[in-house]
Order: sequence, then C-alpha cells, then structure tokens
Amino acid sequence: MAWSEMLQTVWDTAGDILPIVVMIAAFQFVVIRRRMPNLRRVVIGFVYVLIGLSLFLLGLEQALFPLGRLMATQLTDPAFIYSGIEYIAGAIHWTDYYWVYIFAFAIGFSTTIAEPSLMAVAIKANQVSGGAIHAWGLRIAVALGVAVGIALGSYRIVTGLPIHYFIIVGYVVVVIQTFYAPRLIVPLAYDSGGVTTSTVTVPVVAALGLGLAETVPGRNVLIDGFGLIAFASLFPMMSVMAYAQISEYRAHRQRSKLSE
Amino acid sequence: MHKLLKALARPLIGSLRDLLPVILVVMFFQLIVLQQPLPNLAQLLSGVVLVVLGLTLFIQGLEMGLFPVGESLAHALARKGSLFWLLIFAFSLGFGTTVAEPALIAVAEEASEVAAAAGAIDDNPSVQQAYAEGLRFTVAFSVGLAILVGVMRIVKGWPIHWMIMGGYLLVVIITSFAPREIIGIAYDSGGVTTSTITVPLVTALGVGLASSIHGRSPMIDGFGLIAFASITPIIFVLIFGMVVH
Repeated sequence: MAWSEMLQTVWDTAGDILPIVVMIAAFQFVVIRRRMPNLRRVVIGFVYVLIGLSLFLLGLEQALFPLGRLMATQLTDPAFIYSGIEYIAGAIHWTDYYWVYIFAFAIGFSTTIAEPSLMAVAIKANQVSGGAIHAWGLRIAVALGVAVGIALGSYRIVTGLPIHYFIIVGYVVVVIQTFYAPRLIVPLAYDSGGVTTSTVTVPVVAALGLGLAETVPGRNVLIDGFGLIAFASLFPMMSVMAYAQISEYRAHRQRSKLSE
Repeated sequence: MHKLLKALARPLIGSLRDLLPVILVVMFFQLIVLQQPLPNLAQLLSGVVLVVLGLTLFIQGLEMGLFPVGESLAHALARKGSLFWLLIFAFSLGFGTTVAEPALIAVAEEASEVAAAAGAIDDNPSVQQAYAEGLRFTVAFSVGLAILVGVMRIVKGWPIHWMIMGGYLLVVIITSFAPREIIGIAYDSGGVTTSTITVPLVTALGVGLASSIHGRSPMIDGFGLIAFASITPIIFVLIFGMVVH
C-alpha cells in the first residue's frame, strides 16, 4: 500500500475527529472551568482513536466492501443459480435468488446476536420489566428482527419495489404496537432500532445491497441499492415490542392462573 | 509495552467477536454453497487484519479518552442546571460524535461514488468529496438537533411516542416530495448514524440527566435520544437530496 495514501487517510481522519476534540476542550475549559484529570491518558486515547480509525477505514476499502460486493455478485451469478439447468436470458424469477435471502438472513442474525451494545440493552430491559423479559429472549427477538429485515430488504432490491412503501407500512405497524406495548419498553424498543447495526455490519450490508443492485438485471444502483440498513433498524423495534407484549401476556396469564 | 498489550487484549477480543460472525457466514457460503475460491484472498486477509487492528485501537482510545471525559462533562452539565449550556452541549455532542462515526464515513463515501457513477452528480473527485461531506455534515447537524430536542424532552418531560410519531409523519410527507435517488440513502442514514461513538455518550447524557432531575425516571426518560437521532437524519437527508439532485 502506498504511504501517501496512508498519510492522506490519517490526515482526513484527523479532520473527522477535530470537531469532537474542539468541543470537549471548549466545554472543559470554558464552561466547566475545571482541570481535566488524567490529561496525558486522554491525549494518548485520542491518538489511538486517530490511528485506529485510519487503519479501520483502510481495511474497510480492502476487505469489508469487497466482501459484501463479492458475495452479492457470486450469489446472483446465473451460472450459480442455474448450475446444470439451461439458462434462459431475462427469465430469472425473484424466487430463484433464494440463496441471497438466506445469506442476508444469516448475516443479519449472526452479527446481531453477538452485538455488545444489544447485550447492554437486553440486560436493562430485563431489569425494567422486573424479570418478565428475559435477556436472551430479547436478544433472539432483535436478531430475528434484523435478519428478517435484511432478507426482506434484499427481496425489495431484487424486485425493485419502491422502498418507502415498505418503510411506511413498517412505521404504521410500529405506531400501532406503541399503543399496546408495555409503557416502559417503548423508549428501549425505539432505541434498539438504532443500536443494532454495528460498525462492522454496516459496510458489509451496504456493500451487499449495492452489489445486488449492480448484478440483478434491470436494477438501478442509486435507486435500489440503498435501504438494507433502514430495514435492519426498523424491524428490531417491532420485534422488541412484540416480544415485550408476549412476555407481558404470558406473565399476566400465569398470575391469573395462580390467583384462581 | 507489556502493559499496552494487556490493555489492548480486551478490545481486541471485542473487535474479533464483531467480525467473527461475518467471516463465519461468508466462509460457510463460500465453501459449502458457492464452492468457489475467493479472489484476492491476500488483499482480503490484510484488510481484515487492518479492520481488527484499527477497531481495537479505536475502541481502546475511546475508552481512555473520549468516553470518561464525555461522561463526566455530561454529568457536570446535567447538575449545573443551566439549560442554555446543556442544549449547546447536547447539540455539539451529537454533531461532533457523528462526524467521526466510522460507519457514516464509509456509507457517505460509497453513496458519493454510486451517485457519480449513476450520473446524479458530476463524476470528478472534488465534486464527489463535496457530496460525501455534504451528506455527512447534514447527518451530523440533524443528529445534533435530535439530541437537543431529546434533551428538551427529558427536561420538560414530554411523552416520547407523540414526538416519534410526528417525526414519522414528517418523513412520510417529505418522502413524497423527494427525488427517488435520495430516498434509499436517506432511510439508511438513520440507522448508520448511531453506532460506536454516539451511542455510549448520548446514553450517558440521557440517563445522567434523567437521574439528576426530580421526578424523571432514568428508565422511561433516559432512553429515547437514539430514537430521535435515527429519525431526524432521514428528514434532513431527504431535504439535502431535494437541494442537490
């Protein structure tokens, strides 16, 4: 790799973290007017952030983006879909891309179940609900939500249907659920939509969508390629509220059974 | 040196765990389903090593510097009781953390390349860079605004779901006026903005604030900032698209 490219990345990254550095310094010294404890450690921390972010962005170009695209290209290759069967040009049905949906589902489920910020949310939800919501059950619910979301999102890219129909229907479902879900879970559910998509998952999933839109005949990359991440953030809200509703219903039934 | 390695061991395991599911799923599909060799294997591997190393240093650096300072600032300002400074802090926290968010940098760059290739913007590096930066600053501004409104909500105790529904309604209305090319990018930007840096700091601000104000429950009022930060970028990126395309 060229050194100039590396230096350029470090330089650009420095620009990216500048606003937060300036802002922290301004508030510390102007508004709070207190000396910063462990200043040396904090400065070293920011140097780590700078180097780490630069390396990550370089690796992203080399590994995560190509990986997502490569999978999309190989899974939609007519030679793979029609291995052994004679291929008729232009006659691929959306059901023929089933491996794409299975791959999307697998990526969504596996990356979400291991997501650290989700574990934190799950433990908190367990505490709020007084144990009615199990941390593991919630994690599986969110992971299923993301998996179904990304799979449905790839179905949308393959068929080229407009994204806003799906998202608007999703919003309507979320709004209806909000009225029936236990009140304590609502803010947590709304937040879980945003936290489930991690720094590693986002580039792979984004590249998968763009790769699909590039290789599926008749799709426009700009119009159809984006949107997988939107699906991945919408569905966990539904699955978290659904899980909370089911848990509450079961706890309620158990209690009424006990009182009989 | 030994101490450094020891300190890095935990974030290293964390970033490996982030990456492992992706690698396992891809390997399964390559070996069992597709049965094809990976092209450019050496480059992919070196890229994966860079991602793991980079993420490790990044997380460790955040935990040494930004997180403790940001959290202590959030608590100090929540106790200070000056709404003005609190709101300024909320906005700049949202803005600053989002500009540095790795996933957003990645997606904005990708979006600018795709837009250029599709002919929506001029195909030259400086126009592309301007587009990517415009996108990122639009998103950062809207996250800042979202955190500001979210902090207002915690202070005043407004119910969250009405505001979220209002946000959805705005998204739906603006979508019908926006050019088709921006809709996918806009909807994605809602989910991209809130990951590694933003979530811990914003959650610390929300929970710290809700626990220092009398009559607020950290559970109900402390959460929900992220939810705002996932809606406003959609609205503002749609508007950005109406201006640019």
